[in-house]
Amino acid sequence: MSTFNGLREPDRRILVVTGHYGSGKTEFSVSLAMRLAERGFGPYKRLALCDLDIINPYFRSRERRAMLEGAGVPVYGSAYGHEVTAEIPELAANIRAPLEDKDCRTIVDLGGNDSGAMVLNQFGKYFTPESTLFLTVINANRPETRDFDGAMEHLRAIEAITGHKVDGLINNTHLLRETDADCVVKGHRLCERLCDATGAFIWCDCYPEGIVDPASLPEEYGYLMPLGLYMRPGWLDR
Amino acid sequence: MAEKVLMKGNEAFAEAVIRGGVRFYFGYPITPQSEIPEFMSRELPKRGGKFLQAESELGAVNMAYGCGAAGGNAFISSSSPGIALMQEGMSFLCSAEVPLTILNASRGGPGIGSIQPGQADYFQVTRGGGNGDYRIPVFAPASIQEAIDILYDAPALADEWRNPVMILVDGLMGQMMEPVVLPEPKTPVTSADIPKLKPWAISGSEKGQRSVVKSLRLQPEVLEQHVEKLFEKYNRMEQELQKVECDSIEDAEVVFVAFGTMARLAREAMEILQSQGIKAGLIRPISLWPFPYYAFDALTDKTKVVISTELSMGQMIQDVQLGVKGRFPVKLIHRTGGMLPTSIEIVDKTKKILEEVR
Repeated sequence: MSTFNGLREPDRRILVVTGHYGSGKTEFSVSLAMRLAERGFGPYKRLALCDLDIINPYFRSRERRAMLEGAGVPVYGSAYGHEVTAEIPELAANIRAPLEDKDCRTIVDLGGNDSGAMVLNQFGKYFTPESTLFLTVINANRPETRDFDGAMEHLRAIEAITGHKVDGLINNTHLLRETDADCVVKGHRLCERLCDATGAFIWCDCYPEGIVDPASLPEEYGYLMPLGLYMRPGWLDR
Repeated sequence: MAEKVLMKGNEAFAEAVIRGGVRFYFGYPITPQSEIPEFMSRELPKRGGKFLQAESELGAVNMAYGCGAAGGNAFISSSSPGIALMQEGMSFLCSAEVPLTILNASRGGPGIGSIQPGQADYFQVTRGGGNGDYRIPVFAPASIQEAIDILYDAPALADEWRNPVMILVDGLMGQMMEPVVLPEPKTPVTSADIPKLKPWAISGSEKGQRSVVKSLRLQPEVLEQHVEKLFEKYNRMEQELQKVECDSIEDAEVVFVAFGTMARLAREAMEILQSQGIKAGLIRPISLWPFPYYAFDALTDKTKVVISTELSMGQMIQDVQLGVKGRFPVKLIHRTGGMLPTSIEIVDKTKKILEEVR
């Protein structure tokens, strides 16, 4: 296993991150970008994040543009300067730049559900199986994806709208600062069942950094990724 | 205890009113609460309810007026400019004494403003933007769980008082996620129950008993009598519906007053000040109308200043001044336009104010 501080080395250039509303796609995408940036770009010269979320008005990765760009990760999103506060479903044409650039590792952060994933289709030609890893974030504490049937329904809906099979699952089962090891284990078990049914694999298990001790999680878990709460203001949890 | 789940505010609000007995939703999408109509369109039909997307907010509030007049438990939601469009209907609902649960996920204003959180709807919701003498109870939760608890009870409260009830949150609360526990669903009212539970409703009674739900009273004497009767009810509401949370106010030198999202920032500022040896307290009105004026009577002579902290240019401060009754200076710390202060910003401004008043 190739790890760096628990970080799995993505074996493809483009990582597409999908998932249910509120599953933690953006928190995962931003954390992954920050950690890849910290580690270095590996075989690539550049690292970029494409924020294709045209569903949510708040908590989009482009809100952390300054932090990401400070870490050397350009953020591609809206065409307009009011990208944090505009609610128009538009995207900048230059989103194609990192997708075209063979030297640029690119994380694609989508909006929630199949409706959020639909936007991907206009960029379909870039997402070849050789170049792209399709990841779906699962939070088994979200009411609609808490059981196998609900989570499967969402997986299938995302696959149907994008025309892509989900390669890997990200177990991001948490309750913010109330997360414990049992939460992560519950999500892992759900993901195992989903993998058995779909042929996907668990790409990694996430845990909130500083809240869950990774040593308390089962040793057999492959990759553990600590997530920082980059998107959530700290004062909300006092 | 039921299992905790992680929910986005808007989803949780919608789920809570359904569990509280609502079966009819009329709405028109507006950010930052559009997940509510989306959720209702998906969930209400599954639970024997009806979702109807109106052609406008004006349409939505009047559909809810009709539904409520017929005895149905209806819910409408919108955000600041959309709520402004609904104000005429709210005046009609109050006059006709029709129950309704309303949620306002407020955003920056005036005008179309912005989609970021704001609290500049305080006057709009507590003073009323519609015509005539009327009142609507307004509750302002500060967490998703508190919002769930209030929304769960709101349909029954509206029925009990035969009056609309409003829940005021802001865009941030609508969009953020929190772990919550959902209450057990109540048994919804059916058409067969309505003549018994709501004899005033236009329920198609077979006994020949007429029900009239109206807001038109052409004779001035009759209208005066009607409004006076409404105010007997509003006076009882003022006595019975005040709700407030007070923290560390007994010996506080500085007392913040804040509701909703701003109360969470004010609480953090309070704790920072306390950690620095400055005695700070918080009065958090949960009911904005009726405003809990009585809470200020508990302040002692140790208090040097009361600070209204708001996401507006200062609207609640007028009620704070009424509560303080001139006993202490009242100051304002605020941001507006969709901006949020940091707790450090509040702390720094508070220290400057304390220097002025000491």
